Amino acid sequence: MLDLINVSYDTQIPNNVGLSSDKRVLKALEKWHPGYINWWNDLIPQNFQKSMVYLRTAVSVDPKGWAKFDYVKMPEYRWGVLLAPQVEDRRIPCGEHLGEPAWQEVPGEYRSLMRRLIVIQGDTEPASVEQQRFLGLTAPSLYDMRNLFQVNVEEGRHLWAMVYLLHKYFGRDGREEADDLLRRQSGSEEAPRMLGAFNEETPDWLSFFMFTYFTDRDGKMQLESLAQSGFDPLSRTCRFMLTEEAHHMFVGETGVGRTIQRTCEAMNEAGITDPYDVDKIRDLGVIDLPTIQKKLNLHYTLSLDLFGQEVSTNAANAFNAGIKGRYQEVKLGDDHKLTDDTYAVWDFEDGKLVRKEVPALTAINMRLRDDYTKDAAGGVGRWNKIIEKAGIEFELKLPHEAFHRKIGVFADKLFAPDGTLLSGADYDARFNDWLPSKADGDFIQSLMKPCTEPGKYAGWIAPPKVGIDNKPGDFEYVKLHMA
Amino acid sequence: MGHLMTKPFRQHLIDPEICIRCYTCEMTCPEQAIEHDDNNVVVDVEKCKFCKDCIPVCPTGAIDEWRVVTEAYTLEQQYSWTELPEQEDIPEGEDDSGADGEAHDDAIAALLAEAHKGAGGKAKAPATASKATINLYNQGKPAEARVQGNYRLTDPGSDADVRHIILDLGGQPFPVLEGQSVGIIPPGTDADGNPHLPRLYSVSSPRDGERPNFNNLSLTVKREPHGICSNYVCDLQKGDTVKLTGPFGSTFLLPSDSEAHLLMICTGTGSAPFRGFTMRRQRETPSLNESLTLVFGARRPGDLPYFGPLKKVPESFMKKLFAFSRQSDAPKQYVQDKLREEAERVQEILKNPKGHIYICGLKAMEHGVEEALSDIARGVGLNWSDLRDTMRSDGRYHVETY
Repeated sequence: MLDLINVSYDTQIPNNVGLSSDKRVLKALEKWHPGYINWWNDLIPQNFQKSMVYLRTAVSVDPKGWAKFDYVKMPEYRWGVLLAPQVEDRRIPCGEHLGEPAWQEVPGEYRSLMRRLIVIQGDTEPASVEQQRFLGLTAPSLYDMRNLFQVNVEEGRHLWAMVYLLHKYFGRDGREEADDLLRRQSGSEEAPRMLGAFNEETPDWLSFFMFTYFTDRDGKMQLESLAQSGFDPLSRTCRFMLTEEAHHMFVGETGVGRTIQRTCEAMNEAGITDPYDVDKIRDLGVIDLPTIQKKLNLHYTLSLDLFGQEVSTNAANAFNAGIKGRYQEVKLGDDHKLTDDTYAVWDFEDGKLVRKEVPALTAINMRLRDDYTKDAAGGVGRWNKIIEKAGIEFELKLPHEAFHRKIGVFADKLFAPDGTLLSGADYDARFNDWLPSKADGDFIQSLMKPCTEPGKYAGWIAPPKVGIDNKPGDFEYVKLHMA
Repeated sequence: MGHLMTKPFRQHLIDPEICIRCYTCEMTCPEQAIEHDDNNVVVDVEKCKFCKDCIPVCPTGAIDEWRVVTEAYTLEQQYSWTELPEQEDIPEGEDDSGADGEAHDDAIAALLAEAHKGAGGKAKAPATASKATINLYNQGKPAEARVQGNYRLTDPGSDADVRHIILDLGGQPFPVLEGQSVGIIPPGTDADGNPHLPRLYSVSSPRDGERPNFNNLSLTVKREPHGICSNYVCDLQKGDTVKLTGPFGSTFLLPSDSEAHLLMICTGTGSAPFRGFTMRRQRETPSLNESLTLVFGARRPGDLPYFGPLKKVPESFMKKLFAFSRQSDAPKQYVQDKLREEAERVQEILKNPKGHIYICGLKAMEHGVEEALSDIARGVGLNWSDLRDTMRSDGRYHVETY
């Protein structure tokens, strides 16, 4: 009997989709596999590839088996194809096919739309690993290094997940798209990654934490809406990916939180109460809160652009077709068809920002972005609690959605973080107060000294409250291979 | 459930300071016991059945919080928290809520509690041990293993028939740590026509398998006269299938810390967990020196399981002290005699804050070993019963006897 919960190791590719009895797809994946391994091996510096990293690996997709921790060398990590268990009699949760049985094969009329969605999702996965490839060299601790590598191997697995769907359901087109996912490179001139935010290098660890907090959260929201797909294999794939994605959210939220924590501690130790006394604070070897606010402004707004246009017929079509749902679609109380509903989206009228009612069907992107902002605001509130607890008067804020945008209704105008419309000159004059300057970047870079002694942390970041897998403080999360 | 009890009980809670509100636990919980508002994620004490499905999926560790309470914290209270309340003082003796638990199965938990009783108090896992998975399979839903091999470990002439059994789990996940046990369900029914209850056996292979990265494990089983399960297991043939439950046990475990020095004292099949410990160390940190000491008792060399392979382990990697009680040309020696002979070595371990002691074998060995340890401790001015309690509550003193 085909076992769909447990991971089968009877092929080169661990899977719970019965690959060994699906010769066509197995062969295609085995052909793709060496290219993937080459991609991985060329990516991350060799001494890390040979190090033993305390990683979790899924041995099954049910709660008891999916998080097994042990030391593993990254190139030997068991990347595989894992889908959440099939829900019996699952129905399409939205759009014109609402209530029909979920598709187990791609309906012909939605083939290209579906393939495009999968390719875009798939393209972001290896891109982020490429963006983060050199961070291991400046890890503030072995704990953080381990978290980075866990994020990296799981992004690699997410690529596998998408590639499986392409090979299994999209024939030759799918195979070509899968090859292209390895051909494109983050930041490459000839073959860049598909989305802008994924072509920027992640230059330092604060950027990494901000990226995992804000940009991976876009990924989480996209996965949430694809998990609602009427195409059941896509839904099941994304549902399992979400469990892993939660770890990335964790790395981002606690990484930024620990940075803030350390800054506040250092300020208190030195008796500095003014958070804007930037030079003095930087002399302590920690990142001042105003700079953290600037980093937040940057990463949040870049991530907002990933949601696309506020009003989008593509998004409407995908929803109506039942290919992509809304965040927590099944928990929403409306008709799931949005035939007569409206939704308020941002617009710009007579020099003012206004929320305007538009047909809800066309506002799917905006709605997901609103859900994202709400989700993102929660963590910012928890960061502020750390500052408050330390007795420092400073509050981090998400900037207005109009600020620093390249896509959507705000793209061709300039706004302050509070949403005020500005002239070019006014904007330029304040630009460095709102977004990190080169000097800010250089300062952060100057703190990026590796700290590889078990249990020790670089001076700009506080240790975590709880170890991974309940490990004690001085646990050696990475056994470094010294070349 | 719990709130109706008057006795103290354990309540499952989530630490709001650590939780990142990813709601993965909520999506995972089969009882819909977890919910959230804009502030917190909370556990409904009336619905939580302690299945712990939410524990491994939590990326932060915030989910693994427990408080012994006499009155449950309500959902409203939990929603209002910005931090977790401290554990309230519960008068000693009233708290019978159990620790993390060695098994979610009363009969098996009782068996393990009995086996660990010799430690003189509540057993605790080493601080750096990996987290054990327990109760993945039970009698209602056992795993099926295939016998890959069954080898006699004792001399043909010995009347002790101890066997090394290798079981292949195929595609079934069976994450087991060194020192854990599995249950075997013998086929057939008892005198009352009920299916036999599982018998517990310590796993004698390391976590990555008898053969590395093969999903198999080994057991060390002695044939007992009229033993229903031991005879069944010792007679297994290659290719037979066996019903397994478990894994069980969450305290008699190997510390991950490679600097931990282990003193392992055993007789007979009590050697099973130590074979696992040793192999794990050999695979993980083969270059370690002077950090393992094994004291192993049997009647004669031919009765001692794994005598051959053990002799090949270098003395620098593991110091081996064999005690034979029925050798024709030598005086009777028991494990406690070996301990006394090597008092200095034992004292070093007793004084070492990373020293761990493990005792495994027949109940009869407990008394003599404790007496020896007590005398050896006294020799360096240490009070054994205090030291033992400290070591045990540090997770550094472990007894499993039967």
